[in-house]
Amino acid sequence: MSSGVRSMVSMMTNLEGYVGFANLPNQVYRKSVKRGFEFTLMVVGESGLGKSTLINSLFLTDLYSKDYPGPSLRIKKTVQVEQSKVLVKEGGVQLTLTIVDTPGFGDAVDNSNCWQPVINYIDSKCEDFLNAESRVNRRLMPDNRVHCCLYFIAPSGHGLKPLDIEFMKRLHDKVNVIPLIAKADTLTPEECQLFKKQIMKEIQEHKIQIYEFPDIEDDEDSKLIRKIKERMPLAVVGSNVVIEVNGKKVRGRQYPWGVAEVENGEHCDFTVLRNMLIRTHMQDLKDVTNNVHYENYRSRKLAAVTCNGGVDTSKTKNQMTRSPLAQMEEERREHVMKMKKMETEMEQVFEMKVKEKKQKLKDSEAELERRHEQMKKNLEAQYKELEEKKRHHEEEKSNWEAQQRILEQQKLDASKTMEKNKKKGKIF
Amino acid sequence: MAATEIARQAGEGARAVPLAGHVGFDSMPDQLVNKSVNHGFCFNILCVGETGLGKSTLMDTLFNTKFEGEPTQHNQPGVQLKSNTYELQESNVRLKLTVVNTVGFGDQINKEDSYKSIVEFIDTQFEAYLQEELKIKRTLHSYHDTRIHACLYFIAPTGHSLKSLDLVTMKKLDSKVNIIPIIAKSDAISKSELTKFKIKITSELVSNGVQIYQFPTDDETVAEINSTMNGHLPFAVVGSTEEVKIGNKMVKARQYPWGTVQVENENHCDFVKLREMLIRVNMEDLREQTHTRHYELYRRCKLEEMGFKDTDPDCKPFSLQETYEAKRNEFMGDLQKKEEEMRQMFVQRVKEKEAELKEAEKELHEKFDRLKKLHQDEKKKLEDKKKSLDDELNGFKQKKTAAELLQSQAQQAGGSTTLKRDKERKNFF
Repeated sequence: MSSGVRSMVSMMTNLEGYVGFANLPNQVYRKSVKRGFEFTLMVVGESGLGKSTLINSLFLTDLYSKDYPGPSLRIKKTVQVEQSKVLVKEGGVQLTLTIVDTPGFGDAVDNSNCWQPVINYIDSKCEDFLNAESRVNRRLMPDNRVHCCLYFIAPSGHGLKPLDIEFMKRLHDKVNVIPLIAKADTLTPEECQLFKKQIMKEIQEHKIQIYEFPDIEDDEDSKLIRKIKERMPLAVVGSNVVIEVNGKKVRGRQYPWGVAEVENGEHCDFTVLRNMLIRTHMQDLKDVTNNVHYENYRSRKLAAVTCNGGVDTSKTKNQMTRSPLAQMEEERREHVMKMKKMETEMEQVFEMKVKEKKQKLKDSEAELERRHEQMKKNLEAQYKELEEKKRHHEEEKSNWEAQQRILEQQKLDASKTMEKNKKKGKIF
Repeated sequence: MAATEIARQAGEGARAVPLAGHVGFDSMPDQLVNKSVNHGFCFNILCVGETGLGKSTLMDTLFNTKFEGEPTQHNQPGVQLKSNTYELQESNVRLKLTVVNTVGFGDQINKEDSYKSIVEFIDTQFEAYLQEELKIKRTLHSYHDTRIHACLYFIAPTGHSLKSLDLVTMKKLDSKVNIIPIIAKSDAISKSELTKFKIKITSELVSNGVQIYQFPTDDETVAEINSTMNGHLPFAVVGSTEEVKIGNKMVKARQYPWGTVQVENENHCDFVKLREMLIRVNMEDLREQTHTRHYELYRRCKLEEMGFKDTDPDCKPFSLQETYEAKRNEFMGDLQKKEEEMRQMFVQRVKEKEAELKEAEKELHEKFDRLKKLHQDEKKKLEDKKKSLDDELNGFKQKKTAAELLQSQAQQAGGSTTLKRDKERKNFF
């Protein structure tokens, strides 16, 4: 691994055909160094498992010293979550390191829910980030999210304790969990092997997803990484004390029967842990936290708000792929369409009813007209009949009158003749 | 990547502790670099300039490839933006390059709206990113960023000053994108004219308040070269994809009867400077500025427009959820109100129409009542006539029968009287 700032002069030569964006990585490098880095590491485990010592060993510093005593030296009744922030520099690179300790974890008689404060802490950091990210005015966005959680397993040699399993099950989808076998110098290599196998078996049984150190695209290291995966979970030993062994100053634990060297690969997996955690996978831990754990938290949180507890899964699935604002836009559009449809439907019904009514009116008008016409015709027919009758009567009458007149005339004539005859007759 | 300015913040709340040995986190920048190399980079350039200023040629020259596309005509009705994406690779670095060209810029008679389609395009890319960022289930790290990182503004080599179209457009764009003004086809300007031209342009930009992109001078490694280059802006460039033999090398150049303009000769034009600044030194900074400055500004304006704010009147910071809830409730209420209104409107219409129809019905009935009455009258008249006729008939009949009776009586009597008379006569004799 190279250290120090790469010089850029070599990249600036005017090679023919060379465009120059191959220099982009250097630009990224330069900017990242200027920005500095930050990392939050959480350690969880029962008291006395050597958590503080391990941190000091990992970062070759006295994080917890006389002036800043570690939590282990303070007696806690309940589980606390405490953070210490330190700034460390190396090779021109600045790192703001936050160590989150959980004193009191697993120390009570009744440890139900002792993981709750831990979960609360992790969630609250995610929430802070979410709020900062969602502000209208965003500027400084400190990343205080927990990037890695080292879980210390007591070196019983048998298997995981129920508390271990419970904790890891609850935390594995919220943070990168790396289980470690603490105080590994109490186990012989064979015992350690068995213990590791047992632990991994139980982890798989319970479907716990621990952080799998993924392959980094670097041939020499990937072989190493694969070999290392077989050594999971890592068995570590920590020490604050520097001892001289064979003329070399090493960190180790002095026993009557020898010195357990912290950085000796045959004694424990400490160097593996340090290399993986710090030298090769630190950035990946941050990326996984950002892209997976934080996104899960965020989508859970936002889904609860906007879908109001999404009962209908098919609808919520659709909603999930959209931002809430786009969601509202979509809903607005849907509503407009719905309104339009409703409007046209109502219009149609309205028109239809009106048409019906009008038709009815028309029909009754026609009916009435017809009837009226009928009656009129009837009346006319009667009139005609009457006229006919009258005419007939007139005719008859005039005939009869004519006849009468003739009769009258006859009568008159007859009486006249009779008169004449009478006169004649009388003379004789 | 979220813009986290840790350097400033490092001292806050963190105490510095010495390290007793080599821990190894100085590999962090390398880890970061490896990851970004694996992920690939992306860069989006927007070329704004009148048709024929050599935008496409310059892109080809800058990136040593022949990008597709034919030269555009001058008869475009409006300004359109054509974007093309290319996957380039140089050693182990993969770059997804998007080149956006303005088609038809400056060709219209009325150029008032020319800048609009450009602004719209830039905003659309911001909007797409914003939408992605606001999604519930989002995939930001695999999102193809289409936001414009650099805008090369091509200035016509008139030698005098900026055109008003240029000023107007740049003013509209300077808060949305990193503008790098360049003098196109600068082989048409002599060196002395060029110096004057550059000064004129710079002063015009300053006096009009146009914020062009300044190469950053805060990082010691590049501060010097950047500040020097800042003084050479705007870059006078010449583009060419044709190669000419100079000495024993083939160089990119433009051949004239009076000489050859070599593209990569710093005495001939500023092409090398442009390439250096744009690609080799500040590409990452351009991307960062786009994200932290221009995009944030857009985002802030957009959210404020929608009614989101960071604090409520009581100065308590709103959590995102509460804001969303409030917005959503307001929105739903609004929708419901609209629905009610429409319903009410329809109820009203129905009522009105019903009343109308009822009126019509009433009229109809009245009409027919009138007609009926008329008809009754007629009928009565007819009846009367009938009756009178009947009376007459009866009268006549009576008369007739009476007359007939009389007649028959008379006849009878006449007959009998004649008989009687005859009898009397007979008797007489």
